[in-house]
Amino acid sequence: MPILQTLGLEKRFGGIVAVHDVSLSIEQGARHALIGPNGAGKTTVINLLTGVLRPTAGSILLAGQDITALRPHQRVRLGMARTFQINQLFLDLTPLETVGLAVSERLGLGSDWWRLVGSKSAVTDEIVEILERFRLADVMQERTAILPYGKQRLLEIALAFACRPKLLLLDEPAAGVPDAERQELLATIDELPADVTVLLIEHDMDLVFSFADRISVLVNGGLLLDGAPEDVARDPRVKAVYLGEELDA
Amino acid sequence: MAAAANEVSSYLARRARWSPLEIAFWVFAFATIWLFPGKYLIMKDAAILALFALSLDLILGYAGIISLGQAAFFGLAGYFSGIVAQHGLINEPVVSLICAALVAAALGFVTSFLVLRGSDLTRLMVTMGVALMLGELANRFSNITGGADGLQGIDIGPVLGLFRFDMYGHNGYIYCLIVLFLCFLVARRIVYSPFGLSLRSLKGNPLRASAIGIPVNRRLIAIYTVSAGFAGMAGALLTQTTSFCSLDVFSFERSADLLLVLIIGGTGYLYGGLIGAVIYKFLQDWIASLTPQYWQFWIGFVLVVIVLIGRERIEQWTAALRATIYRFGKQLLTRPAAVGDAARKGN
Repeated sequence: MPILQTLGLEKRFGGIVAVHDVSLSIEQGARHALIGPNGAGKTTVINLLTGVLRPTAGSILLAGQDITALRPHQRVRLGMARTFQINQLFLDLTPLETVGLAVSERLGLGSDWWRLVGSKSAVTDEIVEILERFRLADVMQERTAILPYGKQRLLEIALAFACRPKLLLLDEPAAGVPDAERQELLATIDELPADVTVLLIEHDMDLVFSFADRISVLVNGGLLLDGAPEDVARDPRVKAVYLGEELDA
Repeated sequence: MAAAANEVSSYLARRARWSPLEIAFWVFAFATIWLFPGKYLIMKDAAILALFALSLDLILGYAGIISLGQAAFFGLAGYFSGIVAQHGLINEPVVSLICAALVAAALGFVTSFLVLRGSDLTRLMVTMGVALMLGELANRFSNITGGADGLQGIDIGPVLGLFRFDMYGHNGYIYCLIVLFLCFLVARRIVYSPFGLSLRSLKGNPLRASAIGIPVNRRLIAIYTVSAGFAGMAGALLTQTTSFCSLDVFSFERSADLLLVLIIGGTGYLYGGLIGAVIYKFLQDWIASLTPQYWQFWIGFVLVVIVLIGRERIEQWTAALRATIYRFGKQLLTRPAAVGDAARKGN
C-alpha cells in the first residue's frame, strides 16, 4: 500500500485553477521528488497535503486512511510532517527547547502543565538523539534567531523529524544555504533513516537527481509525468517545459 | 551520548530553577509585612493589582493574546463573592475565592471562543466589549448588584474561620500576599511545563506550531480560561478585603490600567506584572499626594517617558545594578563557607 496517495486533487482560487487532477502515489520508504517550474503549483500541492488548504475536489489518503477533512495538527499526529521553504522557526527558543517542544508534543505531554519540560528521560534521550543527528548539539543552547542560516535550515528539518513522521515533506530544504554549509545539510538529508518516506519539493536539479529514486513533474497545475530519474531526464516533454528552460538560461 | 544527555537534562532543569534574585524578591515581599506596618492598605491594593496583572501576563506575555477586557472576569468574580456573602451563602473567604475563580474561569472559557477569532485589533474590541456588556448588565440589574450605589451589607467571615479582616488591613494584606504567591507558583509551573513551552511557540509562530501537531486553538482556550480564573481571584480579593463592590470593577480604566502596569514592568517573565503593579500603585499614591487634582497628568507623563526611552534601555540600566547586587550577594554567601573551609583545614 502506498504511504501517500492523492486521487484527482483539485484546488481553485475563485476562477483560477491552481491544481487539477493530481493523482500521486508515493511508496513506503521512497525518496520521491516533486519538481516543476515556478508557478506550477508545487506549493499549493504541499498546502493541500498538509491541510493548510482544503481541496476543491479529490481526496488524500495517508497509509490508506482518508485525511482530506483533517486539520493540520491532526495530520501531524497521523504521521505527516513538513518543513518550510522559508524558515518557520521559534526565534526566541533555543534548538534544545524547540526540539523538546516537538518531542513532548508527540509523546502527548503537550497539555501537561504541571511537570517540567524534559522531566521524563524518554524526552531528554530523544532530544539528544535528534540534536546529534541534525548536527545541532554544539549550538543547542543558543537562541535560534542568532544561529547561522545553515543551522537554522537543519533545525527546520529536525523540528519536522521530531514529529516522527512516516512521511516527511521537505520544501526546498537547501534553498539559500551558502556553499560552506551546504555539504553538512545535504549529508544530513542523505542520512535520514530509510523507513521515513521523503517527498522532496525542489528547484535544485543536482539535489533532485542525486537524492530521488522517483520523480513527479508538475506543470501548470497538472501532473505531466511520474517516473524513475533516468526516464524523467530523458523525456522530451520534460526537457521542453522544464529542463529546457534551464538549459536556455 | 550520555554526556550530552546530562547536558540536556541539566539545561532543562536550570531553565526552571529559582534564581537568587527571585528568592530575594519573595523574601522581601513577605518581609514587608513587618517592614511597613503603616502601608498595609496600599500594599494590599498593589498585591491585588499584581495578581490581576499576572493574569494578563499569562495570556499576553506567553500566548500573545492582547486583551482590554480582563475587568470582565475581575468584576464578575468580585460581584459573585460579594453577592454570596451578602446572602449569607458563603462567608468564608477561601471557599468564596475558589468559587469566584471557577465562575470567572467559566466565563473565560465561554468567551474564549470569541477571542480566538481574528487578529489583535479584533481581540481588543471583543474583550473590551464583553467587559462593557457585563458592566451594563450589572448596572441594569440593580436589584441584585445595588447598581450605582454598589453592593452593600457584605459580611465577610474570618479567613479559614480564624483570621478576621481588621481595619488596618494587616490580615487582609497577608491574605492577599499569600494568594498572590500561591497563584504565582501555579503560573510558574505552567510556564516551565511542556504546555507553557507550547504557548510560547504558538505566540512566536502559530503556523509552525500547528505544523508540529500542536492544537493551537485548544491551547489558547486553556490559557485564556486559566487567566480568567486568576483575574477572578483578584476581583474576589478586592471585594472580600473591602466588603464592598461597585460598578467600577467592570470599568474600562481597570482593564487599561493593567496594560499600563505591564508596559511598566514588562511581559513574558511573570515578574513584570508584580513589579509594574508595585511601581504603578506607589507612583499613583506619591503623585496624588503631591498634586491631588492632576495626578493623572503625571501618570500619563511618566508613561510617555517610559515608552519613549524604551523599556529595553531601562532594563539595561537595571541589569547592571542587578549584576552588582548579585555579585555582592554571592560574596556574602561564599565568605562564611570559605571561613568554614579554612577552619576545617586548620584542624
